[in-house]
Amino acid sequence: MKRIGVFVCHCGTNIAGTVDVKAVAEAMKHEPGVVFSTDYQYMCSQAGQEMIKAAVKEHRLDGIVVCSCSPRMHEATFRKTAAAAGLNSYMVEIANIREQCSWVHKEMPIGTEKAIILAKAAVAKVSLNAPLTPGESPVTKRALVIGGGIAGIQTALDIADAGFPVDIVETKPTIGGKMAQLDKTFPTLDCAACILTPKMVDVAQNEKIRIFSYSEVTDVKGFVGNFDVTIKRKARYVNETLCTGCGACTEKCPMKKVPNEFNLGMDNRHAVYIPFAQAVPKVATIDPNHCLMLKSGKCGLCSKVCGAGAIDYKAKDEFLEERYGAIVVATGFNPISMEKFDEFAYAQSKDVITSLELERLMNAAGPTGGTLLRPSDHQHPHTIVFVQCVGSRCEACAEKGKEYCSKICCMYTAKHAMLIRDKYPDTDVYVFYIDVRTPGKNFDEFYRRAVEEYGVHYIKGMVGKVTPENGVLKVQGSDLIDNRQLHIDADLVVLAAAIEPDKSARPLATMLTASMDTNDFFTEAHPKLRPVESPTAGVFLSGTCQGPKDIPETVSQAGAAASKVIGLLCKDKLLGNPCVAHSDEMMCNGCSTCEKVCPYGAITYEDKEFRMPDRTTKVRRVAKVNEAVCQGCGACTVACMSGAMDLKGFMNKQIMAEVDAICK
Amino acid sequence: MQVNEYKPLIVAFCCNWCSYAGADLAGNNRLNYPADVKIIRVPCSCRVNPMFILRAFQRGADGVILCGCHPGDCHYTSGNYYTRRRMALLFSMLDYLGIEKERTRVEWVSAAEGAKFAATMNDFVETVAALGENKRLEDLRCKK
Repeated sequence: MKRIGVFVCHCGTNIAGTVDVKAVAEAMKHEPGVVFSTDYQYMCSQAGQEMIKAAVKEHRLDGIVVCSCSPRMHEATFRKTAAAAGLNSYMVEIANIREQCSWVHKEMPIGTEKAIILAKAAVAKVSLNAPLTPGESPVTKRALVIGGGIAGIQTALDIADAGFPVDIVETKPTIGGKMAQLDKTFPTLDCAACILTPKMVDVAQNEKIRIFSYSEVTDVKGFVGNFDVTIKRKARYVNETLCTGCGACTEKCPMKKVPNEFNLGMDNRHAVYIPFAQAVPKVATIDPNHCLMLKSGKCGLCSKVCGAGAIDYKAKDEFLEERYGAIVVATGFNPISMEKFDEFAYAQSKDVITSLELERLMNAAGPTGGTLLRPSDHQHPHTIVFVQCVGSRCEACAEKGKEYCSKICCMYTAKHAMLIRDKYPDTDVYVFYIDVRTPGKNFDEFYRRAVEEYGVHYIKGMVGKVTPENGVLKVQGSDLIDNRQLHIDADLVVLAAAIEPDKSARPLATMLTASMDTNDFFTEAHPKLRPVESPTAGVFLSGTCQGPKDIPETVSQAGAAASKVIGLLCKDKLLGNPCVAHSDEMMCNGCSTCEKVCPYGAITYEDKEFRMPDRTTKVRRVAKVNEAVCQGCGACTVACMSGAMDLKGFMNKQIMAEVDAICK
Repeated sequence: MQVNEYKPLIVAFCCNWCSYAGADLAGNNRLNYPADVKIIRVPCSCRVNPMFILRAFQRGADGVILCGCHPGDCHYTSGNYYTRRRMALLFSMLDYLGIEKERTRVEWVSAAEGAKFAATMNDFVETVAALGENKRLEDLRCKK
């Protein structure tokens, strides 16, 4: 019989407000195996932990039940406490009487009754606990960053600074991401290229960093410390090491009418192209969908003009296998499609554009050379209407928009309005908004400048309809403050499109077994206390893949993710999860069912010699679990027909005991 | 004296990564659901052996619900697919034995779906309560 101690936490009034903690502690004294039971204000505090340690010594406890918050919160804390008291750290069980009891039930008698039952289940479980020792595994001291935008760049630079090698995988031909497309950045109005491109050069020149551009991750195996990643290097038909980025091929290419993605299709590029002047790596790429040579075998001009002999029409996709200790996801965002928003006539009129398109129109390297011209007739627009929250905070239109706030739109619209009024004072600028949200350092001051100094007309209300008519965009909107309908003849309408995670995020999350929320943003391990870690060990989050955020926030999160990666890579050995499957050789009949259901290939078979009662020996095939590979899901335990397979920490008899305790 | 209202006994198995976190989120957001629901934490919904469910019914549970990650989101890649198949089989067998299909349920609740967790539990408790007490598999030897 175990000697079990029960410790009931008040958590201030969080638990004690709805659960009679003294009654719980008292009731537990009568449970079989319980030799000590008490309550305390904050068990997780230093004093609370000391109390547990003292009780372990005084009452010679060999099992501990803490009735407190969720084990996801403080299980690790109390395991350390147990270890400090000389117990095996896996002799601790938590009864979750806060999140799953006091916070969801209102009445004291009901809460108390349930808390007692949950505590009894935990006592029943801990009385069957066995000491567990985690296995050790080595750490590959190299990191992978998926995505080469500002988030990925900053993370990679910070990890490399600490001396660890980093690889960046980017699907586009160049790193730089969305920030490379921006003109100016709020709230300081410094030019995006001026602050981003030096960082891109740093990445290119850093010996510790390798860039795999025009590549994607196609498979991830393994676990924290040792991820085996397959990287597909798409054929770019240009040898990266030979190409000097001189651009001779792009000038001579006869295929000139390919929509330029970098300028969001507002101008054209050649079939062989370098996305923009400061691209890193500065290497040409042949677009196989448009290249005449690749499509029909007739052309070959770029090969003739290339002095370096870098063109290779026979190039094939290559697959690299690499091993990493940690993976950082920095897959970023995209504006949502505006095609479904018929009311704004985005598909009908060239002069209805998104904010990102406006960035390119205002950018000196953009399709108009930085002069603001209407896309339809290349005339200077005199009246511009900005529409906020297009697809954001859109509960009613979930099929085309998003429920969440995209966070960055208020600020970039203030920036656009301000820049336009500054450069073209004769332009009237209207902004239709639901709310203006400016919670950031110097953000509200910036917005107020747009209104007060630059005379931007902010109108609280939504635009109902935009109708293109004789070259003018008839904007029909409402002014909620003056309670009237507005009709504005605009030359240009700019939509602040909601942002969504990149499409590559979901398949990647599946590969990494990292969790996502319903909007396909990656979920953090804890929303407040572990914001840059994924719940999957060894996978970290950087930038907008985790939620909408602006550049300063992205950079700080990138640095935080890097420091977590560095912390992991500094370790020589990692302690594994000891709650792994275990096969009872005496019961196993070697049927191979468990091997088939194991998602990790952790189960192998071996022939083992057994001594029979008549002193002869017999060789039988039995299952063997590789504890370093097993992740402890338990699929095999249920599949096993002979009942030989069990999961340490969640043994059949333990869960049965919990069921019994609850159903008493 | 007030007559005791019938309270069903519900056992909920929640996977550690999605549904247990979803239940915690319901708590963080103070979303109420009946105290009749008692949660048992398992690493993955596929850890739930049909034996556990039979045991619960033998011991007098009125309903058993299994919560796991959404299909495709399993922390262990494929665990919830096993759950889905195994439970389809088990539940139809239980139905044959007279334990109505409404008493058993598999539900996908992600870590972000605290509201869904609370709504699911409210609905499940209501459904089971409407069916009344379950005595079909009850093992009288377990009664004290």
